[in-house]
Amino acid sequence: MRVDNGVTARNAAGARLQGRSLIPAVAAILLLLGAQAARPAPTLEHWQTAAGSQVFFVESHELPMVDVRLLFDAGTVREPAGRNGLAVLTNSLLDEGAGEMDATAISFEFERLGAQYGAASGYDYASVSVRSLSDPALLEPALQNLRRVVAEPAFPGKAVERQKQRLLVAIERKRQSPGEIARDAYHAAIYGDHPYALPNDGTLDSVMSVQRRDIVNFHRDRYGARNARLVIVGDLDREQAEALAGELTAGLPRGRAPEPFPALTPVEQGGEIRVEHPSSQVHILLGQPGIRRGDPDYFPLYVGNHILGGGGFVSRLYEEVREKRGLSYGAYSYFSPRRGPGPFTASLQTRGDQQEQALQVMRDTIRDFIDRGPTQAELEAAQNNISGGFPLRLDSNGKILGYIAMIGFYDLPRDYLDTFVDKVNAVTIEQIRDAFKRRLQPERFVTVMVGPNPPAAREAD
Amino acid sequence: MRYAVYVFYLVAALAAAPSTHSQVHEFNLENGLKLLVKEDRRAPVVVSQIWYRIGSSYEHDGITGISHALEHMMFQGTEKYPDGEFSRIIAENGGNENAFTGKDYTAYFQMLEKSRLEVSLELEADRMRNLLLSEEEFRKEIEVVKEERRLRTEDNPVAYLYETALATAFQTAPYRHPIIGWMADLDAMQIGDLKTWYDRWYAPNNATLVVAGDVEPDLVHRLTQKHFGPLEASMVPAPRTLPEVTQQGMKRVTVKRPAELPHLLMAYKTPVLRDQAAAPASWEPYALEVLAGVLDGGNSARLATHLVRGEEVAASIGVSYDLAGRLDGLFIIQAAPARGRTVGEVEQAVREQLDNIVSGEISEQELARVKAQVVSSDVYERDSLFYQAMILGIFETTGLPWRLADEYVARIQAISAGQVKQVADKYLRDDGLTVAVLEPQSRQAPGTVRRPAGGDQHAGG
Repeated sequence: MRVDNGVTARNAAGARLQGRSLIPAVAAILLLLGAQAARPAPTLEHWQTAAGSQVFFVESHELPMVDVRLLFDAGTVREPAGRNGLAVLTNSLLDEGAGEMDATAISFEFERLGAQYGAASGYDYASVSVRSLSDPALLEPALQNLRRVVAEPAFPGKAVERQKQRLLVAIERKRQSPGEIARDAYHAAIYGDHPYALPNDGTLDSVMSVQRRDIVNFHRDRYGARNARLVIVGDLDREQAEALAGELTAGLPRGRAPEPFPALTPVEQGGEIRVEHPSSQVHILLGQPGIRRGDPDYFPLYVGNHILGGGGFVSRLYEEVREKRGLSYGAYSYFSPRRGPGPFTASLQTRGDQQEQALQVMRDTIRDFIDRGPTQAELEAAQNNISGGFPLRLDSNGKILGYIAMIGFYDLPRDYLDTFVDKVNAVTIEQIRDAFKRRLQPERFVTVMVGPNPPAAREAD
Repeated sequence: MRYAVYVFYLVAALAAAPSTHSQVHEFNLENGLKLLVKEDRRAPVVVSQIWYRIGSSYEHDGITGISHALEHMMFQGTEKYPDGEFSRIIAENGGNENAFTGKDYTAYFQMLEKSRLEVSLELEADRMRNLLLSEEEFRKEIEVVKEERRLRTEDNPVAYLYETALATAFQTAPYRHPIIGWMADLDAMQIGDLKTWYDRWYAPNNATLVVAGDVEPDLVHRLTQKHFGPLEASMVPAPRTLPEVTQQGMKRVTVKRPAELPHLLMAYKTPVLRDQAAAPASWEPYALEVLAGVLDGGNSARLATHLVRGEEVAASIGVSYDLAGRLDGLFIIQAAPARGRTVGEVEQAVREQLDNIVSGEISEQELARVKAQVVSSDVYERDSLFYQAMILGIFETTGLPWRLADEYVARIQAISAGQVKQVADKYLRDDGLTVAVLEPQSRQAPGTVRRPAGGDQHAGG
């Protein structure tokens, strides 16, 4: 049923619990478990289809439903120069027409079956997903429809034009959000000429320059069977899953082998960027490029950041910025590992006249942590939280799907979930201190502040 | 007619999907606390939510936002577990926690590995009656709440429009108060106000504890008795709630804010579900849910098909309706115009669609599509323990017996096209309509200043 109650939560992590599904808001706060009682991580099966797609399958019969997700090396990093926004446009146009069917017919087909279609496109990959009941009378036509959408999209000219216009509206809307402006400016500043500097949605100019043939080519080259990872979780046996995977990937274009991943030139010097915006708060982001998925420093940095600013209501940034001083509603830091070095970001939002105080507290807290590392008590508390809450990470098909997709796309070890808790518990203070010193240099941090100028600067104007 | 037969077959397949919820066990303590336990053995985890019948609809002018501010203060310590201990203990045990405030409820939750349930019960029982509410903590926390208001409302033009629309649509009913409160009320709020509010509403006989997960209902009952049993019931007053006066004609309101894009919100006064299964109009809220589905239940629904595609007058459009509420609510349509189109054109197009519902036909296919989604969603929702518990909590705190939630699918299935037309004709009328429009105010182009990270990066704030 619709649960659209507007709700206000204690922490942004709990966000606005709005919309038909509450799951995303809740998933955003997942944390972890313990030494005892962990049931084994789900059994992950893996094979390759005749068309050359890697398949990752978790069998789960507790609910009569199936989740299917296809991931392609077709994110923003693969856009040709000057065509920023192409990846998002292509992804959003898949269900706008295929074969003889128009957008309404395609959507109606999913919806009459009770199936849910989703598509998403980020920096590293683009994906399409379907959730369906497992009854073959419903599942089979739903997956046929998915195959049609991803293998035979028609990209009708009228739909291309419309989606471009809608994307332009989305880009304009971002300009009224200080948080979005700050994020785009931050990425641009820390990534220089690397594609991670670009906004996924593109810019007004770049989106307007995209032509239908760019989209057709991007799909043909990047949505190929050999570039695909297929993740299946749910109420199927291996034989059914193999048949499904074979059919789904058979019709995909051959695709072309992706170029080497673009290299990143390290930022040598940090800086401060201010964008004036007519808001009451200043949004502050600071940091630098961080780590890759599968990075050998991942566990010390993950556990260390949990203590610094990742642990929800119990972290140094939360304590210093919010609990002690009441300066901000949210105060976080996080590593976002990607195929290339994803960002390390610390953030807060505070009213204009206390921006400099808040920034100083955030900088001092991070610098102190890098210099001195955590205490033994902090480390143990973080390890208890992460290991003790581990079962919560895998308590639904939706969450399992998310982890398996990550393991599959980034070629992480297939025992990643089985060894996760041991690796967290093996982290030492020394490893955290060492990894933070090597990977973060506050003098190279870029600071972005979007909002009203501080009082002194306003007078100077 | 082949097609009609096919539709029928699918409906039968969908109806065959198991739809019986795992059983809910109800216990009632002598002090008036109600306990609902939902067994779900899929993963070794448990979610515990305590729901209080208190929220912004219990507030009056001058104290708006007090329920939400109190929710924040509930984390600031008791004598036994002072400042910050609550969150530290939950974290040490691997838990996630948060809280949220709505119009009709305030809820606190923890998600834990199943053996840790008692930790959360002990802590929640303690803060139900023993909150310290210190002046010093309040002074800091109310600043955090104000930052939250700036973040969510002041600096978000669409959220600001939404707040204005509610304050306009409701003249006397307390749904006109923003959940987070007016800024002037937050400025004037005193710790003594919170003490009064806490003493009045935080009592076992004004709460429902919902526990879902891999648990033994009788054991949960014993643990609840152990920790909550000793708490004394108090005299909880009936809320003094002004009923909404009958609206006597359409209302229009314009919001001028710094923004990039116009936005339209149309809100119609509509009824909610009542605890009178036999009441003559008890089907109406279900028909309104189906109406929302016909208009906006997916990409093949009418508004996306005709307004986003078709006429291409809207860039995005959505419908919301809450069937569960303590008081009558709103059926809301929100839209962003397509580029080059106006809010007026969108409003006109929406009105035509609503007229078509009343004067035209709703096909069996459309109805079957909406119902298929309801049936499958009922299965998908069981993938989230949190959601299952939340539905029980919402029903209980809005005055509905939780058993009514189990009837939802059957009641939706029973709705006819004629009933959908009937509720559209009865409630989507100008006399009960509020139209709110965001008029973006032009502003100076934002200036960006970049400075190198010289000595000033770490200068004092």
